[in-house]
Amino acid sequence: MKYLGIEPKRPRVAVFDFTSCEGCELQFANKEETLVEFLGSIEIVDFREISSDRSDEYDIAFIEGSITRSDEIERLLKIRERATTLVALGACATFGGVNKLKNAFDSNDANREVYGSRTKETLPARAVHEVVKVDLKIPGCPVNKEEVERIVQHLVWDVPFHFPAYPVCLECKQRYTVCVCDLDCTEVGCETTGQLCLGPITRGGCNAPCPAGGLGCWGCRGPAEDANIESFLAIAKERGFGDREIFERFEFFGGFEGVR
Amino acid sequence: MKVNLDVDLHHIARVEGHGNIKVRVRDGKLKEANWEVVETPRFFEVMLKGKHYTASPLLSSRICGICSIAHCLTSLEATEDAFGITIPDQATKLRLLAKHGETLQSHVLHLFFLAAPDFLRLPSVIPLIATHPELVELAKRLKSIANRLCDLVAGRTTHPVAFCVGGVSMVPDKDKMLGMGDELVRSVEDLKTVVEVFSTFEIPDFVRETEFVSIKGDDDYAFIGREMVSTDGVVRPAAEYLQMTNEYVVGRGTSKWCKLSRESFAVGALARFNNNYEHLRTEASAIAAALGLEPVCHNPFKNNVARVVECVHATLEAIDLIDELTGFGDHGPARAGVVPRAGVGVGVVEAPRGILYHSYEYDADGRVTKADCVIPTTQNHANIQHDLDELVPSFVSETTTDEDLELLCSMLVRSYDPCISCSVH
Repeated sequence: MKYLGIEPKRPRVAVFDFTSCEGCELQFANKEETLVEFLGSIEIVDFREISSDRSDEYDIAFIEGSITRSDEIERLLKIRERATTLVALGACATFGGVNKLKNAFDSNDANREVYGSRTKETLPARAVHEVVKVDLKIPGCPVNKEEVERIVQHLVWDVPFHFPAYPVCLECKQRYTVCVCDLDCTEVGCETTGQLCLGPITRGGCNAPCPAGGLGCWGCRGPAEDANIESFLAIAKERGFGDREIFERFEFFGGFEGVR
Repeated sequence: MKVNLDVDLHHIARVEGHGNIKVRVRDGKLKEANWEVVETPRFFEVMLKGKHYTASPLLSSRICGICSIAHCLTSLEATEDAFGITIPDQATKLRLLAKHGETLQSHVLHLFFLAAPDFLRLPSVIPLIATHPELVELAKRLKSIANRLCDLVAGRTTHPVAFCVGGVSMVPDKDKMLGMGDELVRSVEDLKTVVEVFSTFEIPDFVRETEFVSIKGDDDYAFIGREMVSTDGVVRPAAEYLQMTNEYVVGRGTSKWCKLSRESFAVGALARFNNNYEHLRTEASAIAAALGLEPVCHNPFKNNVARVVECVHATLEAIDLIDELTGFGDHGPARAGVVPRAGVGVGVVEAPRGILYHSYEYDADGRVTKADCVIPTTQNHANIQHDLDELVPSFVSETTTDEDLELLCSMLVRSYDPCISCSVH
């Protein structure tokens, strides 16, 4: 099907998992109403979680997970050589994700605590771009299937994709979610007037599911463009949130690494 | 018998996580049969240390992308046990409803996307779009309902957002709940088709006696509970979970193994069926009987049949829960007050793949000082290995090919629907 003289590609797609929960790649099998059309617009040639087919020839490689072992580095380097477009899928691949929380602990102590004397090989967790060149990063824990689908369609039609510049906060307003910052806090002994929420400074595009579920944003998509961190910190502190609570949230998914 | 066979499967497909199968048969004799877990360790138990109780369920759910609702609920149960909190009745019902949604989405995903291609001798579900469109439509409808039920009640299927220590942080919209109830009622017809489809699949005839562990249902087919039971007669309360699991580190592989009365035991759909079948809904028991599933069943391949039975049971239970939650009158609070206190708590939940435990120790500020998570697939690894040891010799004949053996061994591993990332965590 040609559109405006453009012939769509049917890219050969591979999905690979590294250190992760495999929840992001699972989204490829969700959103059932367009699943057949989505799978028809691409050619899945290697996707271990749902298929026994294997191939070393692909155009687009989606990488889920962070990198925490030497064999993963070798595998990733080979994939980078073969893929035309390498996409980091989800917070672990994009930022290191929750896996980076282990980097705050002594690796030998952690190993002994879990495995005793029979320790296992492990390296500090890294995002994919810290090991190889990444062409596109899709943030989120998990990724939003609608957004992934839109991005894949942009790749199919070979047009550039732009992430929203606005923060999650705007998406709450658009879907009429009662602001979690204004909700009376039900925690006994809580002195704040509402929940802490990173919605004002986190990149939109997820359609704000967390505040709609009564949970303040934890920033799994990293900072929005031109996020006013300084002003956010001032307001959060004015509302009674301490440094520890705020910065623990900043580091949770790794997207706000280095932001202070 | 002059048959030599080799299976060397690196990263078995259509399972969650990374595992290898290596089998070597020489002159008809089994030389080596290895189930090896090569998943990367993530150290969740270490990462949980120092975390505030509000962060524990969010971090724990990231252990698994398929059964994140189970991990979140187990984490909440552990924290509430440590703090001595009893959650309101409405919250208990909403959590159980989300649990049924997860059981459905996970089982439907497994039955159609991961298991069915084996029985149809296909690499994946994708070729079925062209050859068996009606089957794909059926899977899509059921999977969609399950995912939307989770979205409605848990806020999101993968990594839920509507649950918090003390109860739930969101009560679903009543009209949407009623609509979901109607859809579930209509889906019962689709489930009958699933039963027909799976009755045509040839399930390998293999029996190896083992022990089955699950939550003990007092008067229900329990998915959340405080007591465990085994088919060898062991019964223990939640607080004694370590005596049920007996985890130990093995040399090869990154997951621990477990044992109880024997050298291995099994958890999951078949274990729940074997222990709690008398509490199944009548319609679900009738389907079990029609599909030839009887307790105590020792054929691991029949886990798939037990999953079909559980889909029917979970759907009927979900319909009733929605009726109760949308009935006339005040449903009371959805969240109890939370006062952190120093102490230890244990949560026990049946994840789709079997019994799951989280145990946390908290300080007086409500921060985790010690964490332990025992995952269903961790409990199954030793059993998978012992199955493999017996399955290969019982199957090999003069005409067996490497491909036949690889498929059979893969089907055995897949019958447990292993969540390998989870098992290493």
